[in-house]
Amino acid sequence: MCLAIPGKVVRWIDSDPLLGVAEVEFGGVTRRCLMACVPEASEGDYVVVHAGVAIAIVDAEEAARVLAELASLPEKVEWLERDEEETQ
Amino acid sequence: MKFLDEYRDPVAARRLLAEIRRAARRPWTLMEVCGGQTHSLLRHGIDVELAGVVDLIHGPGCPVCVSPLESIDFARELSLREGVLLASFGDMLRVPGSRGSLLEARAVGGRVKPVYSPMDAVDLARRNPDLQVVFFAVGFETTTPTTALAVRQAKALGLRNFSLLVAHVRVLPAMEALVESADCRVQGFLAAGHVCAVTGCKEYAPFVERYRLPVVVTGFEPVDLLQGILQCVRLLESGRPEVVNCYRRTARDAGNPTAQRLVGEVFEVCDRPWRGLGMIPRGGLKLRPEFQQFDAEVRFCGATVPAIEDHECHSGAVLAGRIKPKACPSFGTSCTPDRPLGAPMVSSEGACAAYYRYAGANHLSG
Amino acid sequence: MKREELSNSCPNPSTFDDGRISLAHGEGGRLMRRLLSERILPALADVAPAGDADAAILARLAGQVVFTTDSYVVSPLFFPGGDIGKLAVIGTTNDLAVSGARPLWLSLSLIIEEGFELTLLDRVLRSVADAAREIGISIVTGDTKVVPRGAADGLFINTAGVGVLLEPRWPGPGELQCGDELVVTGTIGQHGTAVMIAREQFVVEPCPISDCASLVPAVDALRRAEVPVVALRDATRGGVSAVLREWAAKCGWTLAVDEREVPVTPEVRGMCELLGLDPLHVANEGTMVVAVREGFGGAAVEALSRVPVARQAAIMGQVQERRVSLVVVQRGLGRYLPLDEPLGAPLPRIC
Repeated sequence: MCLAIPGKVVRWIDSDPLLGVAEVEFGGVTRRCLMACVPEASEGDYVVVHAGVAIAIVDAEEAARVLAELASLPEKVEWLERDEEETQ
Repeated sequence: MKFLDEYRDPVAARRLLAEIRRAARRPWTLMEVCGGQTHSLLRHGIDVELAGVVDLIHGPGCPVCVSPLESIDFARELSLREGVLLASFGDMLRVPGSRGSLLEARAVGGRVKPVYSPMDAVDLARRNPDLQVVFFAVGFETTTPTTALAVRQAKALGLRNFSLLVAHVRVLPAMEALVESADCRVQGFLAAGHVCAVTGCKEYAPFVERYRLPVVVTGFEPVDLLQGILQCVRLLESGRPEVVNCYRRTARDAGNPTAQRLVGEVFEVCDRPWRGLGMIPRGGLKLRPEFQQFDAEVRFCGATVPAIEDHECHSGAVLAGRIKPKACPSFGTSCTPDRPLGAPMVSSEGACAAYYRYAGANHLSG
Repeated sequence: MKREELSNSCPNPSTFDDGRISLAHGEGGRLMRRLLSERILPALADVAPAGDADAAILARLAGQVVFTTDSYVVSPLFFPGGDIGKLAVIGTTNDLAVSGARPLWLSLSLIIEEGFELTLLDRVLRSVADAAREIGISIVTGDTKVVPRGAADGLFINTAGVGVLLEPRWPGPGELQCGDELVVTGTIGQHGTAVMIAREQFVVEPCPISDCASLVPAVDALRRAEVPVVALRDATRGGVSAVLREWAAKCGWTLAVDEREVPVTPEVRGMCELLGLDPLHVANEGTMVVAVREGFGGAAVEALSRVPVARQAAIMGQVQERRVSLVVVQRGLGRYLPLDEPLGAPLPRIC
């Protein structure tokens, strides 16, 4: 459920509490998204957008922390190059 | 794309896979609640990768799949009425009711339009004052803020030709119902990260307290999913039934209070039947009395006719995680995405459709 | 009273004064003749030398004749990067080109909905003429019908094309061998996303632009470079995945693609993430899949990248030993997984 994609807030267009809209960039395109649920988002922040509505601000520090944690996992791992059928 | 590509990194994914294999000293059975997670797991082959280590049971978290047959039938009936335009999300339009899907209704003259956002339906109402636009509102807590916003906008705009057929559901009561069922095998849950982005993680604490099962809030990309699985396995191995948030970049412990307030102003909790699971106490949301003018069931006197599910369809057992899709005798034979018997075979994130699409060839001929 | 004035009292509009096509324009009388002689033929003058021939007598050809037909019902009629007129010429001539033929002649049938705006018809005809001129083909015969309001969606076009088969002939997908390399001639998914955006009024900036373009120069480039091509196919409806599926069924091998090697523009990537679509399933109108013998993928890419329509050509996969799945894709975790087949046209989804 709930296809939601992070995009970068490029520009606030309207800061109305109900109808607030900002331009949000996803890959190579920008689209106007409703910002009523993330009124505190600043330009440059990433927001997670579901069905045209930003529902959360991405916490960049948390993201960096988690990626750092990942990098600290053991480097050399056994990797089985199995194909789909072989596991049947 | 930032915050997406990093979480599809094969090197990180491989490290996590190895770590999970190391951490699991016995096989564990986990349920990913959300259908979006199911699709991601199968699309990237994570279920196959972890075969024998972690058994992943696919949960009921597909709003399109659990929308009751009666609501689909009513939506279909509305779409065929003179002067009514029925709008909903693309995947909802393909789900069969007892008299066919909404797309099939379009083929016999129904006015049906796929939209990306409930706000697009508001816009349709604004641009078509001669039509009654009904938005078939499905979705979990991730989607309810968007619908609430649409209602508030329609009210602010004074639209008299916009209404909602509400089939919103709440995920936690459904998890409770699953765990309460006698044959539940689930040992730990991967909770849906985008639901938690709205609701927060705290509401899982009483659940964990009561059922002594770990709940790990998990994202949707391969690395997110593997992190969630690893965390859940670690909790199980060390006998710690706790709530852990592995999707902190998006889901705060308190969720999104602004969104919660918005939803609370427009909707209230109600009992709701889930397709395949039956009546779930407190399992849904309905419009508050002060927004009743936007309720399509009130506006169009919805006399819902009880509908009967095809008896060959075992979607109830699939949605409850009791059987895997391929264990259903109809899977791939009398039930395919082209001729579905039940909703999980249709929706882009239904467990049956996911198996058919990503693993279908294996399971059919293997 | 003059004749013209007399006919003006008739309920059927006798001129183009209201700027729209009426049923009478298709009924074979003077109005129809005027529609042809004043609108359609002048617009196509330099690419339709024979005028309004009902049937064309064509020159003898030195090789085998290749014949194809296709109907165009795109909605909306105008989209970023093209319109139904351009599409009707490009689509049919591309079908000839990927069949190994040099496109020569085209028929053009218009089915127009009553009430269609003449200025729009003019625009479409201009696009037809421009595309035909660019490819160097002639429109040798045609037909115009007007149907009552509601019986068509503005304008439908059918074109049939004739070409001559060129030597050497390419073996075709049935002759694919294990190890053959799969090349895609450009960034994928542009046409499908551009049309979807225009149809659903899904506003994004910048809007992806349809790749609608002639593949004749790309096919020529492969011939000139004498690349050992096995099969060619434009990846239209159903996208790259539909071509691979069809080829795999014909040759009995498994076709394997590496998702990371398939070129996608940032616009299409963003759109597909937003709407939950897979670019491999999205339609193209100026991009083809080329299978070449093992070891010649690089040569194919080099030849292709010299022509503008295939500048972004890339090797995206290979023909492999038969697995359970006909088409498999490597998505990052390193494992080949079955590529799913979409049910129908992609619909935006939330879930």
